[in-house]
Amino acid sequence: MLLVGCVALLLSWTAIGFAGLVRPRSVLLTGRVLFPLGALLGLALAALAGASLLGGGVERLILPIGLPNLPMHLRLDPLSSIFLLLLGASSFGISLFAGGYFRVGEGTAPGLLCLQYHLFLASMGLVLIANDAYSFLVAWEVMALSSYFLVTTQHRIPEIRRAGLIYLVMAHVGALCLLLCFGVLQGGSWLFTFHAMRAAHLSLGWATAAFGLALVGFGAKAGLVPLHIWLPEAHPAAPSPVSALMSGVMLKTAVYGMLRVGLDLLGRPVWWWGLAPLVLGLFTIIYGVLFAAVQTDMKRLLAYSSVENVGIVFTGIGLTIIFAGSGLKVLAALALLATLYHCLNHAFMKSLLFLGTGAVLHATKERNLGRLGGLIHRMPWVAWLTLIGVLAIAGLPPLNGFVSEWLMLQAFLFTGRLPHAFVNLLIPMGMALVVLGTALAGYVMVKFYGVIFLGQPREASLAHAHDCGWLERIGLSWLALGCVALGLFPLQVIRALGSVTHQLVGAVVPQASSAWWLLAPVPGRSVSYGPLVFLMATLAVVLMTVLAVRLAYHQRVRRGPAWDCGAGGLTARMQDTAEGFGQPIRNLFQPFFEIERELPEPADLAPRYRIVVRERIWRLLYAPLVGAVEGLANAAARIQRGRISVYLLYSFVTLLVLLAVALLR
Amino acid sequence: MAHLPLGQQLLDSCAALLLLLSFAMLSQRRVVTLVNLYAVQGAVLAAATLLLAWRTGETHLYISAALTVGLKVVLLPWLLYRLIRKLEVYRDTEPLFNVSGTMLVGLVIVVFAFSLAQPITRLASTATRSSIGIAIAVVLLSFLMMITRRKAISQVMGFLSMENGVLFGAMSASYGMPMVVELGIALDVLVAVLVLGVFFFQIRERFDSLDLHHLESLKERE
Repeated sequence: MLLVGCVALLLSWTAIGFAGLVRPRSVLLTGRVLFPLGALLGLALAALAGASLLGGGVERLILPIGLPNLPMHLRLDPLSSIFLLLLGASSFGISLFAGGYFRVGEGTAPGLLCLQYHLFLASMGLVLIANDAYSFLVAWEVMALSSYFLVTTQHRIPEIRRAGLIYLVMAHVGALCLLLCFGVLQGGSWLFTFHAMRAAHLSLGWATAAFGLALVGFGAKAGLVPLHIWLPEAHPAAPSPVSALMSGVMLKTAVYGMLRVGLDLLGRPVWWWGLAPLVLGLFTIIYGVLFAAVQTDMKRLLAYSSVENVGIVFTGIGLTIIFAGSGLKVLAALALLATLYHCLNHAFMKSLLFLGTGAVLHATKERNLGRLGGLIHRMPWVAWLTLIGVLAIAGLPPLNGFVSEWLMLQAFLFTGRLPHAFVNLLIPMGMALVVLGTALAGYVMVKFYGVIFLGQPREASLAHAHDCGWLERIGLSWLALGCVALGLFPLQVIRALGSVTHQLVGAVVPQASSAWWLLAPVPGRSVSYGPLVFLMATLAVVLMTVLAVRLAYHQRVRRGPAWDCGAGGLTARMQDTAEGFGQPIRNLFQPFFEIERELPEPADLAPRYRIVVRERIWRLLYAPLVGAVEGLANAAARIQRGRISVYLLYSFVTLLVLLAVALLR
Repeated sequence: MAHLPLGQQLLDSCAALLLLLSFAMLSQRRVVTLVNLYAVQGAVLAAATLLLAWRTGETHLYISAALTVGLKVVLLPWLLYRLIRKLEVYRDTEPLFNVSGTMLVGLVIVVFAFSLAQPITRLASTATRSSIGIAIAVVLLSFLMMITRRKAISQVMGFLSMENGVLFGAMSASYGMPMVVELGIALDVLVAVLVLGVFFFQIRERFDSLDLHHLESLKERE
C-alpha cells in the first residue's frame, strides 16, 4: 500500500510539472500554487517513507509500463525508504523556497522550470524505488537530463553552457559505467531485475569488476575525486534551489546506488573492496575542504564543501564494507549508521546553505565574496537561519553535523578489532584525516559566514539588500529545524535507521544506556553523548554570562564602531577578505593547487592584485584525455572527404567485401 | 542445352540485352542518350516480365509489366527529358576515371557477380535462374556508374538503372516480388526522381552548375 502511495505521489509530481506549462510565464501560478503544492507532496512522501521505515517491511509492485515484456519492477524496502524520506523532507523546504525564488526574466520561463524541477524530483524518487536495471537506468537518465536543463537555466551565458556540458559529459561517463555494472551483475542469466542479480553467483573477479564499475559510476554522480570536476562548475551555474536539490538530494541517490550495489546486490562484500572507497573518500575529504578554503565565489565554495561531505560519506561506506566483509556486523552497522546519518544531515544543512546563498544572490546580485559583507543587519532572517546551517556543517554540538561525525569517529576507533593487522595500522591515520577535514570545514564555514554576513558591507549597493519573502522564510526555517531536530534527537533517528542496518548488514546498533536522551552506541565502552544536556549547559552558561554582564558588570549596552582599535578611520575595504582568509591554507597546502598570481609593481598608482587558483587535475588528467579523444575524432574525420563519389565508393567496396565474405562461407 | 524452349531462349536474350545496356550506360557520356538507354532498358525489362508471365501464367507479372512500361518507358524518361531541357545539361563532363578503365573494372565485376550468383542459382527453382547473375551484375554496374560520374543527373540515372537490376533479380529468383512491394518501389522511384529534380534546381541555383564537386565546399573545415 505504501508503495502504491509513493508511485501516486511521484505521478502527481509529474502532473504538477506539466501543469506549469499551462501558463509558462505566470509566476503567480507556478510560484504561489504549483511549487507549494509540490512541497506538500514532498511532505507526504516523507511521511509514507517514514511509515515504511518504522514498519521495516518490504513491498513489491510490477507496473506494466515500458517496453513489451519489460514491465517496471518497483520495490520499497528500508534502504529505499530512508532515502525517500530524505528526498521528501528536504524537497519540502526547497520547493517552498523555490516558489518564492523563481521569477520571470531569468532565462528559462518559470512554467518550464516547474516542469523540469518536478520531473527531476519524480525521477529521483523513481531511482530510489526501481527494482530492475531498466527502470533504474531510465530514471537515472531522466534525472541527469532534467537536472542538466535546470543547470542551464540561464543558457544565454556561455560559461553556464560550458558548465552544463561538463556536467552532461560526466553524467554520461558515469551512466555508461553503471550500464556495464548491471551487465556484469546479471551474471549470465540475462534477467535484469534486482532480484535476479541478488541470486546470480558471480566469481570473485566479476564481482570485483562490478564493484569497481559501480564505484566509478556512482562516484562520478556523487563527486568523488577525481570525478568531481562537474560539481564546482554546475553548482554555481544552477539557480540556488536547483543547486540545493542537486547537492542535497541528487548526490545522495548516488550514495543510495552505491549501498544498493555494494551491500545488497553483490551479497556479502569482500572486505578489501572497502579500501577503495575508503582511500578515495579520505582523499576527497581533504581535497574538497582545501579547495573550499581558497574559493572566492560563495556557491563554488559550497560545491567544494559538498565534495568534502561526499568524501565523508564514501569513507563511511568503505568502513562499512570492510567491517561487513570481515564479519563484524555490529561495527558495520555503526559505520553504516554514521554514513546514513551524514547523508540525512548533509541533505538538510547543505540545502539550507545553498538556499541562503540564493537569497543573498537575489538581494545583492553578487556571488563574489569580495563584494559582500555585513548582511546580517539587512537580512536578519537569512543570516540567522544560515548561521544554524553553518554551525551544523562545521560539526558543532548540539547540531546534527556533530552527531554523524562523532559516530563516524567511533566507527574508526574500533577498527582495532579487524583481523587484518596491516589495515589495523593504517586506518587510524584515516581517522586523523577525517578529523583534519572536519577542523578545516569549520575554518571554511567561518570564512563563508564571516565574509558574507559579518563585518561591514564592502559595497555601497549592499545597503539596498532586502530580506527574503515569506515562502522563502518558511523553506529556510524548515531546513534549519531539520538540522536542529536531527541534532537533538539522535537516539530516535538511530532507532528508525535500525531497519536499514538490519537489512544491509544484518545487525542493529545496540543502545548501551537506558536513558532516552543519552546516545551510547558502543557496547562495553563508556562513550556517550547527550545533546540535550549539552544544549542545556550551553544555554545556562550563555544565560549566566548575560545575567552577569547585565547585573554585576557595567549594566548597559554600549554601541561603538567595531574593530577600529581605537584609532578610527578604517574603511570596509580594510576588512579581511575571502582571499586573505584563505591565504594560510593556500601557502600550507601549495602542492594541491595550481596558482596564478598577478602582483602589482611597488610604484603602481592603481595597484591590482589578482589570484586564480585552479585544480591541477585539469592539466594532469583531463587535458590529456580530451586531447586523446580529439585526436581520435580527427583521425576518424579524415575519411570524410566531402565528395559524393568517395562516399559511394565506400558503400560499393563495403558491399563487395560483404558479398565476397558471404560467398566464401 | 541445345534444345531450350523458345520462351527460355527469348528470356535469356533479354537478360543479355540488359547487361549490354548496362555497359552502354557505363560508357555513355551524353545525358540524353543515357535517358534513351534507360528507356530501352525499361522496355527490355517489361518484355522479359511479359515473357515470364506468359510462360508461368502468374497474373501479377502482367500488372508488373504494365507498371514497368508506364513508369520506366514513358513517365520517368519524359520527366528526365524535361529536366534536362530546363537545366540545359546535355553532356556530362569527363568522368572521374577514363572509360576504358571503367569498362575493365566492369568486366571484373561481372565475373564476380556470376560467381556470387552460383549458390543462389543452385537453390532457386525458377525457370529464369540462369539470369540471376546478370541481375546482380546490372546492380553492381549501376553502382559503379554512380561512382564514376560527376553530374548529379547521371548519378540519378545510375540509381534508376540499379532499381531495374533489383527488379530483374527479384523476377529471376522468385518470379517477382509481392505486388505491394513492387507498387511501393515504383512509387518510391517516382517520388525520388521528383524530389531530386527539385534538388537539382536548388543545387544549380546555389552553385550555378550541377557539377557535384562544388558540394565539397560544404564539408566542415578543420
